[in-house]
Amino acid sequence: MNTITATLPVEAPSAKRLPGDLAIWVFILAEMLAFAVFFGSYAFARAHNVEMFNLYQQTLDRNAGAINTLLLVTGSWFVVLAVQAAHRDNSRAASRYIGLGFLCGAGFLVIKVFEYAAKFGAGISLSTNTFYMFYISLTFFHFMHVILGMVILGILWVKTRQGAYSSRDAHGLESGAAYWHMVDLLWIVLFPLVYVMR
Amino acid sequence: MSTFFLNPANRAWLVLLVATGITWWLGESGAAGTAAILAMLAIAFVKGRLIILDFMELRHAPLMWRLVLEGWLILVSGLILIAYWISLK
Repeated sequence: MNTITATLPVEAPSAKRLPGDLAIWVFILAEMLAFAVFFGSYAFARAHNVEMFNLYQQTLDRNAGAINTLLLVTGSWFVVLAVQAAHRDNSRAASRYIGLGFLCGAGFLVIKVFEYAAKFGAGISLSTNTFYMFYISLTFFHFMHVILGMVILGILWVKTRQGAYSSRDAHGLESGAAYWHMVDLLWIVLFPLVYVMR
Repeated sequence: MSTFFLNPANRAWLVLLVATGITWWLGESGAAGTAAILAMLAIAFVKGRLIILDFMELRHAPLMWRLVLEGWLILVSGLILIAYWISLK
């Protein structure tokens, strides 16, 4: 037993700890509250226009929405594996998993762009009706969060390649990962609410 | 393969895939009304909890943070439930 390893600041495995930095969780919470207001507004606006919402909901591409759910869920899973790899001091695996998570996000954006192109091509806009106003603004607000999440993953990819995170300190990676999971969590509610529930 | 299931994140991922498939299938089968809405909300709730506990890794975080995130899920599901219940009246 040498003295260096004995003095490493190792956290007790049973210690309760919040992954990442406190600031990112406060930011995540603010984002989630904004989406909660949005989701609630959609649901109550629908309650006053049930027939219209049910009618136009059928024009949405449910398959695209479901495939996008699979992409975000899988992207989130890759990012968990990246954090776990960093905790094992395997930076190479961590950067590979971050890269795979980024690709899932890119796939989401591509499908969403095709979905928007089809809707806009059909002459649908924010002012078409209340349902499309919510559909476009809710999904676009989320779309912007996917982009921000991918920017964060891009930074994390560079940093993991530089070996910036380890079992001793992976706070930056954990913070970015938490944000990416939030993007996933929001879509988990958005997809059934806007595309399926009737 | 058995080590694959030892990792809670892997188990969560598989459940999330299956649950997404079920929601998609409910949509395809034209499910609507109280039972369908309750089923879809329950599925979304389970999925959200798995993301919070096993992806965000809040299962072993200080209780307050876990409750805040799970509370958000309850708040959102509750709002949707009330609004849909009003629409069914």
